[in-house]
Amino acid sequence: MPPRILQTSAEPAALLPSRFQQWFASRGWSPRAHQLALLEKAREDRSALLIAPTGAGKTLAGFLPTLVELSTEAAKRTAGAKQSLVSTGRGVQRTGGLHTLYISPLKALAVDIARNLERPIAEMALPIKVETRTGDTPVSRRQRQRRYPPDVLLTTPEQLALLLSSDDAPFLFSSLKRIVLDELHALVTSKRGDLLSLGLARLWRLAPQLRAIGLSATVAEPEQLARFLVPQPDGKERAADIVVAGGAAPPVVEMLDTRERLPWAGHSARHALPEIYELIKANKTTLVFVNTRSQAEMLFQNLWSMNDDGLAIALHHGSLDVAQRRKVEDAMSAGRLRGVVCTSSLDLGVDWGDVDLVVNIGAPKGSSRLMQRIGRANHRLDEASRAVLVPANRFEVLECRVAIDAIAENAQDTPPLRTGALDVLAQHVLGCACGEPFLSDELYAEVRTAAPYAELSRQDFDDVVDFVASGGYALKTYERFARIKQDKEGRWRVANPKVRQSYRMNVGTIVEDDMLKVRLVRSRGGGSGSTGVIARGGRLLGEIEEAFIEGLSPGDTFVFSGEVVRYETLVEDQVYVSRAHDKDPKVPSYMGGKFPLSTYLAERVRRLLDDGRAWAGLPEQVRDWLSQQKDVSKVPAVRELLVESFPRANKHYLVCYPFEGRLAHQTLGMLLTRRLERARARPLGFVANEYAIAVWALGDMSFMIRDGRIDLDALFDPDMLGDDLEAWLAESALMKRTFRNCAIISGLIARRHTGEEKSRRQVLFSTDLVYDVLRKHQADHVLLRAARADAATGLLDLRRLSDMLMRIQGRITLRELDHVSPLAVPVMLEIGRESVYGEAADELLAEAADELVKEAIS
Amino acid sequence: MTENVAVSITSTRHVDVAGIALHADLSGALFWEEQRLLVVSDLHLEKGSSFATRGVLLPPYDTLATLSRLAAVIARHDPRMVIALGDSFHDRTAHERLSPDDREAVGALQSGRDWIWISGNHDPMLPPDLGGTVAEQVAIGPITFRHEPTGAPGEIAGHLHPKARVSARGRSMERRCFASDGMRAVMPAFGAYAGGLSIRDAAFAKIFPADGFVAHLLGDRRVHAIAASRCS
Repeated sequence: MPPRILQTSAEPAALLPSRFQQWFASRGWSPRAHQLALLEKAREDRSALLIAPTGAGKTLAGFLPTLVELSTEAAKRTAGAKQSLVSTGRGVQRTGGLHTLYISPLKALAVDIARNLERPIAEMALPIKVETRTGDTPVSRRQRQRRYPPDVLLTTPEQLALLLSSDDAPFLFSSLKRIVLDELHALVTSKRGDLLSLGLARLWRLAPQLRAIGLSATVAEPEQLARFLVPQPDGKERAADIVVAGGAAPPVVEMLDTRERLPWAGHSARHALPEIYELIKANKTTLVFVNTRSQAEMLFQNLWSMNDDGLAIALHHGSLDVAQRRKVEDAMSAGRLRGVVCTSSLDLGVDWGDVDLVVNIGAPKGSSRLMQRIGRANHRLDEASRAVLVPANRFEVLECRVAIDAIAENAQDTPPLRTGALDVLAQHVLGCACGEPFLSDELYAEVRTAAPYAELSRQDFDDVVDFVASGGYALKTYERFARIKQDKEGRWRVANPKVRQSYRMNVGTIVEDDMLKVRLVRSRGGGSGSTGVIARGGRLLGEIEEAFIEGLSPGDTFVFSGEVVRYETLVEDQVYVSRAHDKDPKVPSYMGGKFPLSTYLAERVRRLLDDGRAWAGLPEQVRDWLSQQKDVSKVPAVRELLVESFPRANKHYLVCYPFEGRLAHQTLGMLLTRRLERARARPLGFVANEYAIAVWALGDMSFMIRDGRIDLDALFDPDMLGDDLEAWLAESALMKRTFRNCAIISGLIARRHTGEEKSRRQVLFSTDLVYDVLRKHQADHVLLRAARADAATGLLDLRRLSDMLMRIQGRITLRELDHVSPLAVPVMLEIGRESVYGEAADELLAEAADELVKEAIS
Repeated sequence: MTENVAVSITSTRHVDVAGIALHADLSGALFWEEQRLLVVSDLHLEKGSSFATRGVLLPPYDTLATLSRLAAVIARHDPRMVIALGDSFHDRTAHERLSPDDREAVGALQSGRDWIWISGNHDPMLPPDLGGTVAEQVAIGPITFRHEPTGAPGEIAGHLHPKARVSARGRSMERRCFASDGMRAVMPAFGAYAGGLSIRDAAFAKIFPADGFVAHLLGDRRVHAIAASRCS
């Protein structure tokens, strides 16, 4: 393990030039230990990972080495001497040139950081030029930046990829000394992190002198994260030095002790509304975090309905129009708001000093995620952040309880470092071919210096290159249409300029859900649903997931942008809604949110349940609920899987409690119903939440278990991840969506042509059809392999499901009951509220057809 | 059902209706039992390679996939005549890109029966060496088969690739379908890569003038008849 530096041995005077010391003094500051530690690392020519809570002066720490180096370098440059060009043999290189790159996950953050840097630069009169480069930067400025780069360039992973794919990348980057990676903990959990790691690998080759500084919140495995920052040697592991900022006051977190009755299910926290309102009123500025857009909408609407004091409460989520979001952010920094109801859209971003309370509604999902959110309050290190957790139902009380314990222990549950995705590699390979032509051997060696790709096999790499060239099909019919071609020396280059153009327009790994624009129009009444009847136009309210709209019928009402609206019609990518005067929307859309309960918190919840003494820390209502469960059925032990069976209203139910999160439960539910169908239990559907799954059937499953026709051990045998999974994947809509993302990221399908983004409605073929054909005719194709790898950790959460099935083998306990148990009530209540899953197309269609018959008869 | 039904599509095999009973096969083909006539529309063969010429390297297995499904439905019904209702090939030169194996497969399907290629907008000029007869349209009894629908009574056409979405209980699903009002019908596309157009699109309102037609959705094991007004 690399040494952790808490205090530096050198004196500040030795590290900080006098100009800097004076500046710190003039502001009444003294440099912090971790800021000096990073300067020391820079002097030792080492890369470093800084782990620091928000408010620790992280950004300044990241830039200090750059500022110091550039100020001393400038002193060396004789006054008046212009930049000069020198020959490097391969081209020309300028003295000076780009010194530092800063990469941020958000372009808004890059812009804000640039603004924050201006102050010390101006106040110390440093001759340093700082510029940003994002998707919004005008073309003329981008061109100038390539010819006359600033000293410091602030940009995003996508823009870095674009710069690297240009011919003059060697010229631009050969002088690069430092790269600062902000919010690294957030970047590395997605495919954007993969793309960034490949860009880093390229930079290390172009600029061997390059050193990296990573800025991160606290993570579970800092040593793994530190590997990201340095080239990985063949077959070994190497990590950057780690600097941990100390001194942050531990946060003060409590659970709302509600006076009201705690709901059994649901995520609205409606019972606690008056108490949430009181919290906002009692504090200067409160951030209220919720897990989904629809929860944010609902809460915002409800708070305003009781806002007799006229408190300035605003709404912020990722689907709102950008201009509207920016307005809220500006009002926030100006201190004009008392409360903001927000989603993860505010998890990252610049510091707002004045937030004095964070309220988190609903399940915390993970301890690290919660700690980062809480860190949004009070960005001054010496003061404790304050937070109140508001569980929306009884299970969430358990989750909040263990999250508070985890925070007290500073226990982190960030996910492990990713294995680099093959679709991202395909995009990178095409990008490389757009720049300087490459040799396969050299690029393979280069790619493996990136930590996520350190284990990449030569076979996978060659398959990816083959895919980029001519599709990678066993049937070699596309050689003449190849996008990249090899010359006589074996160097790959793009076949024609169109390929390069298409790459440049489609770079990036963020595939949005298909979003539709929501426009407010006047109701035409009737809601016929046919296209073309509503006048175009209408005020733009924001964007909404296509999948959500697909589940609606015209006339249905839902909450959007803070009000109840009626769905009128859909024309191309525009959803037309009108103002509804209903108080309650018909479609609640309590979608569970993007992130499942973390494995770590799930384990703690199971431990809490198993430890009767620990129940003392729970509210009385919850203690009573668990005691009743103990009397009627059983409270599951830590490693045990409790299964309950009972009849209800002519149907038979099987409820189990794996506590593995909604995604893994959905997958398990699909597979269980397949197996129950084979056992002739005639399952009708299932519903899954974060903690449990309920399956219902026409067959008497209790009886079938008793007489051996259903063997529970066999039902939950891990072998379900074999053939059953394969059969289900063939049909699974989630798998098709996963495949579509891979097809887009890998460049098989273009998102944008000539500058315009295509919506799925305009795509000339369906990736679902492509998936079906490819699966049947070349099941081991590299894109299908990429999609499967995604499915393991993504929407299907297969890895977690498989770990769970292994854990519970031989530890299944059945309780045959006469009626529903207290623990089962929450998941049973989700029936009819959550959508019912199942892939039984015919049943659904038959149901629609039957309704037609009923209509016809009546 | 009224007396003057000219075209009636049934989704079960042995329903006899006044006028002409046609069987909507789960595969998306239409079978006229009396005539032993099988109709398939919009095969779009070589669509994959058509995209490949423009740099979008879709898997080159679509022709094979489409022909295999066609072979299966032909084996099931053993028709005396097959009508391919236009847009059988995705572009004008698509037939030249057929692999020797696929070309041979087409020949095998044609042997022992009449085969009519109706020309479509994607394949207006079909060469004679493909086997079968090329025609603009074909009339058999009261029924006219042509590629682009005009809305005329007794017409069976393709071209529009009808699909329909059905929502229930917060789920929704989209499938290819036949669209018919008892007087005329539009067939679903048969090709593996052929996309679809929602039956709520204005194009369908032009063909089915009166209020309401029925979508016969291709389920996994059955064809389901659902009023178009219930679909989205």
